[in-house]
Amino acid sequence: MKKLLPLIILGALAVLPLVGLNTYIMHVIILAVMWTMAGIAWNLLGGYCGQVSFGHAAFFGMGAYTAGLLMHHFGISPWWGLVVSIPIVAVVSLLMGLVVLRLRGPYFVLATLAIGEVLRITCENLTPLTNGTLGIMITRTWVEKTPYYYIILALAALAFVAIRMIIASRWGYYFVAVREDQDAAESLGINTTLYKTIALAVSAVITGLAGAFYTTYMGYIDPQVVFSLGEISILIIMVVMVGGVATQWGPAVGAVIMVLLAEVIRSIPRLGTAYQTLFGILLIVIIIYLPNGLVGDFHKIRRIFRKGAA
Amino acid sequence: MWVQVEVFMQTLVAGILLGGLYALIGIGMTLILGVMKIINLTHGQLMMVAMYIAFWMFELFHIDPYLSLFIAPPLLFVLGVGLQKYLVNPVLKVESILPHNQVILTVGIGLVLQNLATIFFTSDYRSTPVDYASSAWYLSDLWAGTPVEISLSLPWTVSFCLSVSITLLLWFFLAKTDTGKSIRATAQDKDAAMLMGVNVSRMQVITFGLGAALVACAGCLFLPIYYLFPALGSQFTLIAFVITILGGMGSTIGAILGGLILGVFESMTATYVGMGWAPVGRFAIFVAALVFLPGGVASLLKSKKLTK
Repeated sequence: MKKLLPLIILGALAVLPLVGLNTYIMHVIILAVMWTMAGIAWNLLGGYCGQVSFGHAAFFGMGAYTAGLLMHHFGISPWWGLVVSIPIVAVVSLLMGLVVLRLRGPYFVLATLAIGEVLRITCENLTPLTNGTLGIMITRTWVEKTPYYYIILALAALAFVAIRMIIASRWGYYFVAVREDQDAAESLGINTTLYKTIALAVSAVITGLAGAFYTTYMGYIDPQVVFSLGEISILIIMVVMVGGVATQWGPAVGAVIMVLLAEVIRSIPRLGTAYQTLFGILLIVIIIYLPNGLVGDFHKIRRIFRKGAA
Repeated sequence: MWVQVEVFMQTLVAGILLGGLYALIGIGMTLILGVMKIINLTHGQLMMVAMYIAFWMFELFHIDPYLSLFIAPPLLFVLGVGLQKYLVNPVLKVESILPHNQVILTVGIGLVLQNLATIFFTSDYRSTPVDYASSAWYLSDLWAGTPVEISLSLPWTVSFCLSVSITLLLWFFLAKTDTGKSIRATAQDKDAAMLMGVNVSRMQVITFGLGAALVACAGCLFLPIYYLFPALGSQFTLIAFVITILGGMGSTIGAILGGLILGVFESMTATYVGMGWAPVGRFAIFVAALVFLPGGVASLLKSKKLTK
C-alpha cells in the first residue's frame, strides 16, 4: 500500500480535470503543482544537503527568461525553453557553485541571496536583451488550462521520481552526511564539494524547468516577478518549511497549503493585502512550534490532537 | 582635465558621506552578529520602522528628523529587546534539522514588519519636506583658492557628522563602561564570559536592542536625504550584510571601513557606470569579498598587526 501511494496519488491527479473543475480552480491547482516541483528542487539542496539557499529565484528566473527570450528574439516556441533552459541553468549553477559552495552556514545563505538579487538587477538594467522592467509578453499556446496541467504534472512527477531515486541511492546518504557534519563527511572520504555541486546543479535545473513552465503558462514575465526575493526565493523556502524539511511529501503538502492560503487570503476583501503578514506569522509559528514542518512533525501534531480528544 | 578631477572628487566625497551612514547600519548588524552569532535579516526593516516613526513625528508634531534621534532609537531598542526575548530566543532552543532556522525566522519578522507598514502607511513614496533639504555648501566657502570645486549637500554633511558622533559614543560605551565590556566579552567567548560572571542572556537581549537602536539612528539620519517606502527595508538589509561581510563578521572597525568602502564604491559605480548599476556593483564587491577576503577587512587589519 505504502509503495503504491505515489501511483495512486498520481492517478487521482491525472483524472482530476475530467471532473470538470472551473478554470480558476484549475489555475490554483496548476500553481500548486508548479510550487511542489520548485519545493522538491529546493528540498534536495536545502533539506537533504543542508545548504539553505535564499537565491532559488535566480534559477527560476533564468529558466523563465530562457523561454521568454527565445520567443522574444528568435520567435522560437517558448516550449523549447524547457529544453534549452536545462544546459543554461546547469552551467550557470556550476559557475555559481564555484563561488558559493566554498562558503558555509550564514555565508552561504547570504551569498545565494546576493546572487539572486544581482540577477534581478542585471535583468532590469540589460534592457536591449531582456526588455528591462517592461518584461516580456508572449502569446500562450492554449486558452484552456488542461494541457498546461498535464505538462506540469508530468514535470513534477518526473522531478519527484528523480529526487526520490537520488535520495534512495548512495548519493542521498552522502547529502545527508554533508548536512549533518561536513567535516566528518569529508574525513570519511566523501568529496563534499563534488556532492554539494551535484545537489546544487540538480536542484537548479528542476527549479529552472519550473521557471520555464511559468513563462509558457503565464505568458508574461518581468524581473520583479520571476527574480523576486519575497515571491519566489522565500516562498520556495516557505513551501518546504511548512510542508516538512527533508521529507518526501513535505514540498507537496507545503505547496498546496501555501497556494491555497495565498489565494484564499487574497480573495478576502480588506484582509487581502495582509497576506504577506500572515505568511510571515505562519513562518514564525512553524519555526517555533513545528521546526520540521507538518509532515516532519506529524507525530507531534497527532499527539496534540490525541491529548485534545482524551 | 580639472573637470574630470572635480567629478572624481565630488563622487569620492559623496561616497564617503554615504559610507559614514552605511557604517552606522553595519555596526548594528555586526554587533548582533558578534554576540548572537545570527544574521539579522530584518535589520533594514527595523530601520524602515524607525524612519516611519520619525516621519510621523515630523508630519504630526513637526519634530525635526534629527530630533527624532531621541525618540525613534529608544522605541526601537524596546522593539529589538522584545523580538529577541519572545521570538529569537525560543527558536535558539528548538531542535530542528536545519541549522539556519533563526535566519529564516528573521526573514519572517521582516516580512511581517514590511507588510504591516504597507497596510498602515500604504506603499506611497514619501519624503520629509524639511526646509534645509536642498541647501548646500561649497568647498570654496572654506578655502577661497581651491583648485577643485566641490559642493556638499547640507543635510548629508550634518547626517554624516552625527553618524560619526554616534559611532564615537558607541565606541566609548563598548570600551569604557561595564555593560559594554560585558558585551564584548560575550562576543569573544560566550562560555568564558559566563564563567566570569557575565549575565550572557541579558547581554544578548541588550545587544539586539542596541543593534536595533543603532539602525534606528541611521534611519533618522537618512530620512532628510532619502525617500521612504515600506519595501525600503529589504534593500537596506542587503546593504547591511554586504557591509558586515566586507568588514569581517563581528568586527566593529571592519564595519566602519566596510561601510566607507561600500559607499565610495557605490557612488563610483553610479557616476561611471550608471545609476541603475550601483546595486550590482554592491553585490560584485560582496561576492569578491566572500571569495578573496572571507575574513573581511578586519582580517587584513589583523594580519598587518594594525590592531591588537
